Amino acid sequence: RAVESQSEGQCAPVDSLWRRYSEFELLRNYLSVTYPHIVVPPLPEKRADFVWHKLSADNMDPDFVERRRIGLENFLLRVASHPVLCQDKIFYAFLTQEGGWKEMVNETGFQLKADSRLKALNATFRVKNPDKRFTELKHYSDELQSVISHLLRVRARVADRLYGVYKVHGNYGRVFSEWSAIEKEMGDGLQSAGHHMDVYAASIDDILEEEEHYADQLKEYLFYAEALRAVCRKHELMQYDLEMAAQDLTSKKQQCEELATGTVRTFSLKGMTSKLFGQETPEQREAKIKVLEEQIQEVEEQLKSKNLEGRDFVKSAWADIERFKEQKNHDLKEALISYAVMQISMCKKGIQVWTNAKECFSKM
Amino acid sequence: AAGAPKPLPSSGPKSLREMPHPLATSSSEEMGPALTPSPDLLLPRSIADKDLSLPNGTPVDNSSPASSSSLLNRLQLDDDLDVETRDLFVIVDDPKKHVCTMETYITYRVTTKTTRAEFDLPEYSVRRRYQDFDWLRNKLEESQPTHLIPPLPEKFVVKGVVDRFSEEFVETRRKALDKFLKRITDHPVLSFNEHFNVFLTAKDLNAYKKQGMALLSKMGESVKYVTGGYKLRSRPLEFAAIGDYLDTFSLKLGTIDRIAQRIIKEQLEYLVELREYGPVYSTWGGLEVELSEPLEGVSACIGNCCTALEELSEDMTEDFLPVLREYILYAESMKNVLKKRDQVQAEYEAKLEAVALKREDRPKVPTDVEKCQDRVECFNADLKADMERWQNNKRQDFRQLLMGMADKNIQYYEKVCVT
Repeated sequence: RAVESQSEGQCAPVDSLWRRYSEFELLRNYLSVTYPHIVVPPLPEKRADFVWHKLSADNMDPDFVERRRIGLENFLLRVASHPVLCQDKIFYAFLTQEGGWKEMVNETGFQLKADSRLKALNATFRVKNPDKRFTELKHYSDELQSVISHLLRVRARVADRLYGVYKVHGNYGRVFSEWSAIEKEMGDGLQSAGHHMDVYAASIDDILEEEEHYADQLKEYLFYAEALRAVCRKHELMQYDLEMAAQDLTSKKQQCEELATGTVRTFSLKGMTSKLFGQETPEQREAKIKVLEEQIQEVEEQLKSKNLEGRDFVKSAWADIERFKEQKNHDLKEALISYAVMQISMCKKGIQVWTNAKECFSKM
Repeated sequence: AAGAPKPLPSSGPKSLREMPHPLATSSSEEMGPALTPSPDLLLPRSIADKDLSLPNGTPVDNSSPASSSSLLNRLQLDDDLDVETRDLFVIVDDPKKHVCTMETYITYRVTTKTTRAEFDLPEYSVRRRYQDFDWLRNKLEESQPTHLIPPLPEKFVVKGVVDRFSEEFVETRRKALDKFLKRITDHPVLSFNEHFNVFLTAKDLNAYKKQGMALLSKMGESVKYVTGGYKLRSRPLEFAAIGDYLDTFSLKLGTIDRIAQRIIKEQLEYLVELREYGPVYSTWGGLEVELSEPLEGVSACIGNCCTALEELSEDMTEDFLPVLREYILYAESMKNVLKKRDQVQAEYEAKLEAVALKREDRPKVPTDVEKCQDRVECFNADLKADMERWQNNKRQDFRQLLMGMADKNIQYYEKVCVT
């Protein structure tokens, strides 16, 4: 297990302490459950994915560990810069309290609040009237995930091929050197040009390493898609709950009415049996009606509060989503710009090498 | 001595290139006193008159090679010949396909412009096919065995793999054939070869071909070299060195050829991936609102890169690789000339021994042979110098090409815009 150290960058005076990846996971789970309306920043990947051949898929590989460290740092910075999340006490403790943090988290009992996956899945299928914006958002995040994965996969292949092209040029270096040995006037020129070919071949390593940062930036947003979906799911769950409660209310009211007026609107087994086997006494009916009326009141209360909850949720979730959108646009724009800058620099290096080689050749 | 024509003109249309190859200078200096002017030397002399406008009309080769080359040096400094001093221009172009009952083939137009006396007209335009070029080369090898004849592009192509009539193939061949003729044109001796003249001028080359041995040119064909029986004890150091050089040279060029091909292959595979990469950005752009423009931009740029890369690979295949192959062929033919030279020397040594045993005066044959050997050495060095120079410039040329292309590729990259 990779162990990372991270230090407190904010106002608190202390510290640095040690945290394992699993503790980061725990923190994130806590935040997701406690703030379901927030798009919680994702963790970097647990295992190396989207690797191209030179990169090792080994979790212990120092380059991977380093990139993961940067990713975890980034995660903490995201949380710390979030207007809501940064105020969380558990988060603060994560940064400052070495011992007993795990217990502290478990004491909050957040696991109990977590919605079961089954429930959520059920809600997703059965919900009738979710907020359209959330449905759209869900589709968007599905497609975003798909397109970014595709992009990362192809990018890895592109990197692989590019690596090959550069490395083969290194062979030129060797041949030119051997050739220069038998030449008189052309010797020096060939030799120096060969050296430039070697430089060219070696340059690809740094170039591709830099590109990994770009890939990591894309990966973050790949994982963000899952966070978006989580918020959508929560909404669907709440909406479903609401719908179920409303349904419940309607059916109870109906029952009540039926009992009161004696008319049977809808078919029910009880109704039938009572018709067949004799009706109830007026006292029994009264009792039932009373119970129902109580229940109806309860459910009405519940419905009210659920409605309120639902609306609040939608409002605050949507606010955070807007915040997220802006962050995403900003970050990705920067990522693309820096990618372009990388490409330009790569080309400038290429120009430099070949111009040097050209000069060597011209002196032959 | 009178019977042996000397195709060594240290005069006139000798390659007007000034640079001295160490080997050339020394040998020509050595040869200086040995070369006696031959009154039989007709053609070069007249040309020498025309070109250099010597006042008294005497052949320039009276003087030692050194002084005449210095004369030439004053006339010409650059490898790019002035239009005025050059008197023979040849161009190969306009390939056309001919479909006949028996076969289908391509002919090329060969246009000649000249002021030389050997040519009746100042301009000629004939059609020739590869066979004809091949015939010419064989004739040149026969008639000028001591010279390096430039190589031709490969004769045979694997029918299944290469399309003989594809535009690319025909164009590559045309360029090679053009170069072949230009090299002969630039050669001080070969350009005056009778067969070459006929090649450039005859309307019906086949008729001439059939005449075969009936027309013997005065230049060199009377001296035939017997390739048989004589074994050379040891090659003189300088030629052994050349032989070794050529071996290594061919080897290295072969390696470079393989590397270049590998690079092209890798580039094409890279291209395949790039072609998939670009559109993904486009798809993503379709998904986004604010980011759609930048993403589309990236996609477009990647598309540009693909195009540039494609051009790079094409140019490499069409311009770089053929030159490598040509030089490998050149090296091969040079090695053959070396072998012939060995034969000549062997014969000379054998005859010399025979003479020594008989204690006669130096008979003519060995003298001829010796002169031949001298000739070979001289030419070999001369032409090697040529070759180096050409190589030098060629390399510059196609390296510049290669880098120009890398540049182009790169400039496309520079057009990558995001916002």
